[in-house]
Amino acid sequence: MIIGAPKELQTGEKRVAMTPDSAVQLQKLGFECIVETGAGIESGFADASYKAVGVKIVKTAASLWKQSDIIIKVQAVKQIEEKYLKKGKTIISFFWPAQNKELLERVIASGSNQIAMDMVPRISRAQKMDALSSMANIAGYRAVIEAGNHFGRFFTGQITAAGKVPPAKVLVIGAGVAGLAAIGAAQSLGAVVRSFDVRPEVAEQIESMGAEFLLLEFDEDISGEGGYAKPASPEFIEKEMALFREQAPEIDIVITTALIPGRPAPKLWPEEMVNLMKPGSVIVDLAAEQGGNCELTKPNKVVTTNNGVKIIGYTDFPSRMSAQSSTLYATNIRHMLDDLTPKNDGKININLKDDVIRGALACHNGSSMFPPPAPKVSAIGKQTSIPENKGPTKEELSILEQAAIRKSGQQQLALLIVGGLFMLLIGNYAPASFMQHFIVFALACFVGFQVIWNVSHALHTPLMAVTNAISGIIILGALLQVGSNSFIVTLLASISVLIATINIVGGFMVTKRMLAMFQKS
Amino acid sequence: MLSSNIVTAIYIASSVLFILSLGGLSNQEKAKRAVWFGIVGMFLAVFGTVFGPQVSGFGWIIPMIILGSIIGAYVAQRVEMTGMPQLVAALHTFVGVAAVFIGINSHIDPPSGLIGAELVIHDVEIFIGVFIGAVTATGSVVAYGKLSGAIDGKALLLPARNWLNLAAVLFCLWLGGLFLDHAGSWTLYLMTIIALIFGAHLVMAIGGADMPVVVSMLNSYSGWAAAATGFLLGNDLLIVTGALVGASGAILSYIMCKAMNRNFISVILGGWGTSTSSQNEVEGEMIPTDISSVASDLADAQNIIIVPGYGMAVAQAQSTVSEITRRLRDKGKVVRFAIHPVAGRLPGHMNVLLAEAKVPYDIVLEMDEINEDFPNTDMVIILGANDIVNPAAQDDPNSPIAGMPVLEVWKAEQVIISKRGQGRGYSGIENPLFFKDNSRMLYGDAKETLDKLLSQITAQ
Repeated sequence: MIIGAPKELQTGEKRVAMTPDSAVQLQKLGFECIVETGAGIESGFADASYKAVGVKIVKTAASLWKQSDIIIKVQAVKQIEEKYLKKGKTIISFFWPAQNKELLERVIASGSNQIAMDMVPRISRAQKMDALSSMANIAGYRAVIEAGNHFGRFFTGQITAAGKVPPAKVLVIGAGVAGLAAIGAAQSLGAVVRSFDVRPEVAEQIESMGAEFLLLEFDEDISGEGGYAKPASPEFIEKEMALFREQAPEIDIVITTALIPGRPAPKLWPEEMVNLMKPGSVIVDLAAEQGGNCELTKPNKVVTTNNGVKIIGYTDFPSRMSAQSSTLYATNIRHMLDDLTPKNDGKININLKDDVIRGALACHNGSSMFPPPAPKVSAIGKQTSIPENKGPTKEELSILEQAAIRKSGQQQLALLIVGGLFMLLIGNYAPASFMQHFIVFALACFVGFQVIWNVSHALHTPLMAVTNAISGIIILGALLQVGSNSFIVTLLASISVLIATINIVGGFMVTKRMLAMFQKS
Repeated sequence: MLSSNIVTAIYIASSVLFILSLGGLSNQEKAKRAVWFGIVGMFLAVFGTVFGPQVSGFGWIIPMIILGSIIGAYVAQRVEMTGMPQLVAALHTFVGVAAVFIGINSHIDPPSGLIGAELVIHDVEIFIGVFIGAVTATGSVVAYGKLSGAIDGKALLLPARNWLNLAAVLFCLWLGGLFLDHAGSWTLYLMTIIALIFGAHLVMAIGGADMPVVVSMLNSYSGWAAAATGFLLGNDLLIVTGALVGASGAILSYIMCKAMNRNFISVILGGWGTSTSSQNEVEGEMIPTDISSVASDLADAQNIIIVPGYGMAVAQAQSTVSEITRRLRDKGKVVRFAIHPVAGRLPGHMNVLLAEAKVPYDIVLEMDEINEDFPNTDMVIILGANDIVNPAAQDDPNSPIAGMPVLEVWKAEQVIISKRGQGRGYSGIENPLFFKDNSRMLYGDAKETLDKLLSQITAQ
């Protein structure tokens, strides 16, 4: 089958769904790849670099759509592309079916199949094709860079000859993928980062990125299905506002990332908060496309308020880093096609039993597949199960420990008594000469046990070889018998001398050889 | 000629040297000196005995020692490090055979002047010495066969095998009773034959993955056989040395059993890995990968851990592994090795193979030292290991290996598993690791795959 990537038509969209790298991988799956001329130019991929890996360049969009069985895109089909839709063609792109009901109807009517990258279920198996996460990661990073661009000071605190510079204080609201990426980027620039999220279970992730988690004392569980938060109750919002009111005067940069798909963005940073902020502060609103988390956000614009706070409302953060975002998006698409092509034979198989494929499928052979059955796996394990696993407390531990010591003491005592009785028994019957040897034997066993425990694990093979060599000491017995008057005894003893010598020489030499090999770097 | 007191003094010196020799194996640098203690100790012991008051028959002794030295030296030079388990097993056979011969000799030509209890003790000593020697001898032959592939590695399970073993032991005890009653030499010879069969059958019933325990156990037996001979001849040096070796083997067996979370008795009784208990079914798919993507992932990874197993030894891939390690380390990456106590077919086998391939020993770590580091590792490469990285040991109480300590490789960012094919591992246990999301399967012979990987890394 032929996979085609057309040039994106949306204004400001610089990404492309196929890169030369991903084309190589797709060809390995058995597909033929074509791109529209100039499709990758905005992301830094010239036609020549596609050609170099065997991708055919097509002059017009019309001819690309005509030739391709599978069309991979970033944005959903535009009105002027709809005429190309045909039964049997499969389109893989972002689609947002919940927000674009009419488009969905029209695509269904055309009979083509649509796989929506924004509908990929958020389960761990599908992470490799989760384009929303990879785009959110870029958006989070870029948000910090844009903030830095508009912020008149350093991120990191410095003490210079010209005076002391305090570190910038960054507040990241919403610790999803974008939020965590923003925390990481701001942290590595040297800022003091705080973060808030309504889901208490992400606290650990926030702290692992090096930020401080702002804890809100509240009993309501706000985690929803699929790793997103649910809308909150009014009481909760009130508490949250109180927390933000406390933070606003201190904070230099606010990055808001609170979004629940298909709903208007919650207003987390009202005008009141903006007014509390210092002049020169920056707000980056990653939810601008859906109305913004900040009341004063204007989509696609940077506004400066009366008190000198800048509010950045760009909606195209991933597109602003088109080389990076194209690479990641193309890889997500490639993984999706990988799963669609189980036999690696260049033919896709839309398997409705596969949770991931079914989840991402918006329409199939002229019938609607939206909404898909809900995935039931929580993206992040909830914290409620943790208290059971906390293990015993300190006191319990010390009690257990004491019991263990007592038990091992009793065992040792029992062993000693049994051993002692056994010795008495032997001593009662055995002759004196035997008992003398027996003392030697018992002590040697003890010495052996003490010594061998200290042997390092890595040297167990040399240990075996060396013990092998010294167990050749049995040669002494044979030596003592060789001089016997009986021929058969002499013969057997001589053979024993021979094989014991092999043992001794072989064992020692092989040990030496092995030990010489152990070298330090 | 040395007086018998001088000989005793020499024996004391030898015993001390042997103890120092074993104790010196506590670290790699000391160990190189420690072998010399052993060699000097052995030389003193043999020298003292040969020139002592009790020995004659140099016409036999000297050619035998020379011949034995030549054969021993030849074997030691020639053996491949992957063949170490076989060599160790073969050498155990010799000790066993020697113990049997010496015991029989002592019966044919008993020391004079034994009366009453001394005579009984002497006979008991002969009987025990020959029994242990015979079991060690044939047990080691079978172990050798299994390790070298001459005998099928699977456990041979005769019906009622435990009863057969018990019957053999009881019969030997009965023969022992007759022997002490002076029923005649035939009892000793018959017992020797039964013990030979018993030793072979014992090891036949034990599967290949349990071989580390078997080899350590036979090591221990060879020591006890030497000690028994020492009692027989009234020679304290033999007793001391035999006890040291016996203790060493016993401890190794214990460590191996512990590493597999198994009971020593159940290993010895054999027949493991054939039971069909209801383990959890594993869901999911094994995701294959190819060499070029592994190479590019390796280029991105900073922290890498390699887990070698018996498969690496079989494929003789250790020198390629070492070369890959060297290249990656030259690029500033942290590369380490994680060794499970029962990896391979001999305790410490992997360490020796890696040392042979010139992997520095300070990056080769034990399970306990490295297990906590897996969550911070970018990439784990598993070379022909299976059960020692099986998460079922922790997750699935019905698994036959439940509770066995394992390397927690699945906590790493990415796991690459080099494996010959899709089949199960030695023990026939399904490994859920292969089905995890962060696992990628690299099918093919470990040596070939790694050679290709090396050339890709070099080209980067």
